[in-house]
Amino acid sequence: MPHDHPDHPHALLPPDPALRVKALETILIQKGLIDPAALEEIIDTYQNRIGPQNGARVVARAWSDPEFKAALLADADPVLVELGFYGRQGEHMVVVENTALQHNMVVCTLCSCYPWPLLGIPPGWYKSDAYRARAVREPRKVLAEFGVTLPEGTSVRVWDSTAEVRYLVLPMRPEGTEDLNEEDLAALVTRDSMIGTSLAKVPS
Amino acid sequence: MSSCPEAAAPEPVFSEPWHAQVFALTVHLNEAGRFTWSAWVERFSATLRRHGLSRELDGGEDYFRAWLETLEMFLAEEGAASPAEAEVMRSRWEAAYLSTPHGAPVRLSD
Repeated sequence: MPHDHPDHPHALLPPDPALRVKALETILIQKGLIDPAALEEIIDTYQNRIGPQNGARVVARAWSDPEFKAALLADADPVLVELGFYGRQGEHMVVVENTALQHNMVVCTLCSCYPWPLLGIPPGWYKSDAYRARAVREPRKVLAEFGVTLPEGTSVRVWDSTAEVRYLVLPMRPEGTEDLNEEDLAALVTRDSMIGTSLAKVPS
Repeated sequence: MSSCPEAAAPEPVFSEPWHAQVFALTVHLNEAGRFTWSAWVERFSATLRRHGLSRELDGGEDYFRAWLETLEMFLAEEGAASPAEAEVMRSRWEAAYLSTPHGAPVRLSD
């Protein structure tokens, strides 16, 4: 690793791929094909404003409001558009509900399609060959590695995302949360519980 | 794959600035109508498959290297940025970094 030091005679040289990205950016800006301000806006949005907290709000509301939940499961797109969590890439969102009989888990075997507006940028493991291949082949084993053991009567269904369709898992509401408000409920909803590789947290 | 994800420190959204830049560049080109997201996914997944044949991809740095390679090929095919143009511009940036005193802003020479 190069390190920053005031004695360096010249600016620290970024790694080769960083220079290649800069090159593309400069060429496209010079040709008027992209707007540098728009690039900044996209980075800022994904770095600071979008993340699993969006999905957690949706889940907490679905746990608290049966009508909202019914609408979300029937056709998620209009519900999410109203909340401002629409897909920038025009994809169609499907929310799948975990029950005592069926646990849902999401993967993208193609690459890394993921519900960005609800969960932000996917974690490294979601993009790894290991997860992408094994989630479909041996979901129970993968779940066990994430520390999830399901009751025997619960089947596992794996949903494969595409460029057109993205999935969000609606985890089961933990027991003993009857008195919690939406904000407290949202704090129990982890990113992984909405991918289906974890369950919602149990209040301590 | 982490066996105990909750115990780990929160992962940064992008682990390197250039990961964020190549991501934003692609999203922006899509939103500007240069290509559809389906066309992007088709090409990107083909690159991942090709890379994954020779070794197991870990979803980190190798993922964004595949992303960058896909974008370079796509822009070359489209005629928006040829490989030769890209290489000239990359060398110019490299030269700019190497000739800029430490701490000063790095700019391309004319």
